[in-house]
Amino acid sequence: MEEFEFNYPAKRKATRRAHVGVVGSGDLEVLLDPVDGDTASVRIRTSVDSFKTKWQAVLDRFFGQYDAAVHIEINDAGATPGAVFLRLQQAVEASES
Amino acid sequence: MNKLTFLPEYLQRRSFIELSARDRAKSLFDSGTGRELAGPFDRIESPWLAMQGVTPQADDGCIVMRGTIGGRQAVVIAFSGAFQGGGIGEVSGAKLTAALDLACRDSEQGSQSSAVLLLETGGVRLQEANLGLAAVAEIISSIIALRRYAPVISVIAGPVGCFGGMSLAAGVSSYVVMTPEGRLGLNGPEVIEEESGVEEFDASDRSMIWSIYGGQQRYNQGLVDVLVDDDADQMVKTVRELIAKGVPEVPRSQQVDLCRSKIATLDPSTQWDPSEFSWSAASLLSSEALAKEDARPTGRDQGPIDDERKGIQQ
Repeated sequence: MEEFEFNYPAKRKATRRAHVGVVGSGDLEVLLDPVDGDTASVRIRTSVDSFKTKWQAVLDRFFGQYDAAVHIEINDAGATPGAVFLRLQQAVEASES
Repeated sequence: MNKLTFLPEYLQRRSFIELSARDRAKSLFDSGTGRELAGPFDRIESPWLAMQGVTPQADDGCIVMRGTIGGRQAVVIAFSGAFQGGGIGEVSGAKLTAALDLACRDSEQGSQSSAVLLLETGGVRLQEANLGLAAVAEIISSIIALRRYAPVISVIAGPVGCFGGMSLAAGVSSYVVMTPEGRLGLNGPEVIEEESGVEEFDASDRSMIWSIYGGQQRYNQGLVDVLVDDDADQMVKTVRELIAKGVPEVPRSQQVDLCRSKIATLDPSTQWDPSEFSWSAASLLSSEALAKEDARPTGRDQGPIDDERKGIQQ
């Protein structure tokens, strides 16, 4: 298991917290919590080692579209980059709906 | 949403199995009353998994909700079969036990509270073996404490099934509900195949596996009270009815003479066929009298575990 953290600039407040997904094979869990300030932080724990650059790429793309101040925790059990992106979008949808 | 009237009824039904564990739990409550306790944002996760290189889950795969079902107080505990095969660890076991004890405390104080266990579990989580075993012991004693006051209903809906120590928890419940897709057994098929060889038991032979562990077979054997289709509305209706029905006169696990009479009909000198383990409705009816004989006056001060031990020793 590997653990890492990324930070991104944020411009607005998030609506409410959201929880989606499950730590099942090929899937992941996302916990999205609104925070004060102008930074979004992401903590990732993944069961598949040595994919840090891939995670960075997925999150760079995600935070290119999403600008709320949140703390996101991801518990991953080997989800593909596509699945990660969809779960992140789902969390945003659940947070803003 | 418009219903497509030309489709057969079974295509219109809403699957219970396909719901997530959290949604399954939520679906049982009267609208808007289900409230989650110790949810993912409370971050009560297993401290043991990360040190073994396994990613933990924020709710440890155990969802606890409290609310009303058919106007009656209830707790629902749902296991997420996708996370660690729904395995019981220290935290998930403690959550289940605490929920049962909460219902028991409420019931003792005069506000009857039932418990519904949505079991999708392979039993004890191997990464937390000893703590998981201890948790199963606590769970069983808490079920036996609660079942005197209010029904404890075990629901085994999905193909993950209910195995190992948790099959014992199902066994001491007031009522067991299964779907034909569900499985119930002590040793899982893979375990038996591993131990005895594929010639003895082929875990990949699905029709054979379900003919032994499947919901229909377990119902025929009298180990299950209600067999329901994989239909969320039917499941809600069934759980409501069982809660309304209240505490059974004699819990299944105390019907020792009845179990013995069933076992006595089997001939161990020949190879058994699963169909031989079906006891007809008529024979179960006549055995209700037997079940009543099993019922012994059980004073509260005897304690639940004592009652159980006496039942086993007879």
